[in-house]
Amino acid sequence: MILTEPLLEVRDLEVTFGHIQALRGASLTVGKHEIVGLVGDNGAGKSTLVKAISGVRPADSGQIYVEGAPATLGSPAASRDLGIEVVYQDLALASHLDSVENLFLGRQLRRGGVLRALGFVDRAEMRRVATETFVTLKMTVKDLSTPVGDLSGGQRQAVAVARAAHWAERLIIMDEPTAALGPVQTEQVGKMIRRVREHGLSVLVVSHDLPQVLDICDRVVVFRHGLAVASVASGDIGVRDLVDLMSGAEAADEEEL
Amino acid sequence: MSSLSVADLRKRILYRGSPALVWFTLVVLLVVFSAMAPGLFTSKVNISNILSDASILIVLAVAATLILAVGDFDLSIGAVLVFSGILGAKVMIAWDGGVGTGIALGLVVCLVSGAACGALSGALVAYARIPSIITTLGVMGLLTGASNLITGGVDLRGLPPELTRNIGNRSFGDVVSLPTIVAFVVAIIVAVIIRSTVFGRNTLALGSNAEALRRVGVDVRFHRMKVFALAGMCYGLAGFLSLAKYSTTTIAGHSNDMLQAYTAAILGGSSPFGGVVTVVGTVVGVFIPTTLQNGFVVLGIDPFWQQVAVGGVLLVAVFVQTYRKNQR
Repeated sequence: MILTEPLLEVRDLEVTFGHIQALRGASLTVGKHEIVGLVGDNGAGKSTLVKAISGVRPADSGQIYVEGAPATLGSPAASRDLGIEVVYQDLALASHLDSVENLFLGRQLRRGGVLRALGFVDRAEMRRVATETFVTLKMTVKDLSTPVGDLSGGQRQAVAVARAAHWAERLIIMDEPTAALGPVQTEQVGKMIRRVREHGLSVLVVSHDLPQVLDICDRVVVFRHGLAVASVASGDIGVRDLVDLMSGAEAADEEEL
Repeated sequence: MSSLSVADLRKRILYRGSPALVWFTLVVLLVVFSAMAPGLFTSKVNISNILSDASILIVLAVAATLILAVGDFDLSIGAVLVFSGILGAKVMIAWDGGVGTGIALGLVVCLVSGAACGALSGALVAYARIPSIITTLGVMGLLTGASNLITGGVDLRGLPPELTRNIGNRSFGDVVSLPTIVAFVVAIIVAVIIRSTVFGRNTLALGSNAEALRRVGVDVRFHRMKVFALAGMCYGLAGFLSLAKYSTTTIAGHSNDMLQAYTAAILGGSSPFGGVVTVVGTVVGVFIPTTLQNGFVVLGIDPFWQQVAVGGVLLVAVFVQTYRKNQR
């Protein structure tokens, strides 16, 4: 059906923690410019899969392909080098620092010449690039020099997404992006995710918010007991059916796989 | 570029670690002491004394500011100062070559041993994950004991007179001493490091959210250790300056340093919870305990009251900081 290489293909991943098999041969694909939702009950293996793809906790066995090429994602750095960025549920922002600094957290731009060797940061350039990033993503962050701890939840989310979008070359993984947000902000996050896609990135959204997943994602992958049990276009399924798939009530309905 | 609204200003004063509080306190102290001892307190000699007294404390408080930036505490400030001073003094006393070389060697020994002590604390905090208060309490005991063992509890004498004459007591225009200049240079360097370098920005980020920094690939444990080592090097430098000023090791004279250094830093606007510091505030803050001490001496009040006053000021400063934090 799909003729071009998927952007990310995960095949038969297995991860075991002690006696618990968190992933039992899980497979998943994310196409280019595709927004894929990943849903499943608690303990279905969603977080474990995210950790395997982001290199935080590499899988024990299985293969990961990035644009068809086998990839070893043994560390967060390896994953980042392949253009994969993660927006963590806690956003991983330094609340005392401003939006610009958070965008470049640990990856600051440096001044030229001797000052570069001395490790001087190029504040002006970082501010310019940050402004540009926020403008292209149509995110309005009030004041770039306000510590992000003083921003609203939605604004902080925007900073975290902008950071991922700025650094990611291929894929952004979003872990529970709206868990702590109100309905209006949740709506805005949905728009942000679509805009990120417009900029040529793919997005993998892990969420419990099923209506939102159906709303923003092109396709939904359902995990149960460490396996992908369904992969359906979001237009072809409703919340009720998703819940059934997640809980296993309709275990027979797996022909889409 | 950006215009300042009242709300911005208020936010800056309340949340950005502005040294407004410390400036206010200092001005009040200066006004009160000047009024109570006119002529005496504001004399050239006395101002020179205050500046000179502040010099060593500035170096220590700036180092304390670095430690606060990563959200830690270092109780071993005075102990490292004394220990590295003893090692430096030993070398200078034993050296029988040129005096200048001997003094330079002594300085290097003070800096290196201070940095090593800091690195030890830092390694224990970062890699063994022992809370910094406990770690540095242990290191403090270790080094205080070692200092007493090395010296038998008796201050070392016989340092080259040139050390005091050319460094400790060298004065410019009878007001600014060389140690004071050194202290301000250190403060400027550390301020620039924190404000404008990758190292400094990561130091603040580490104090703000270590996990976030780790996830973007920064070796946060090594970074924390480096911050402690840098602070330790400052204590070593302070140890050297102390030798130069007093021409002896002053083993028992630094138990109060830690209290004064943290009072200066926290009153200056650096957060005891990490992530927000201001070196300018710290330097101004140093003049609170220093001015108190000096003012009490000038007024003939028992100088032990200075400790009481400094302790009280620290509590007020921490209260204000905690209040700010809870307001967020």
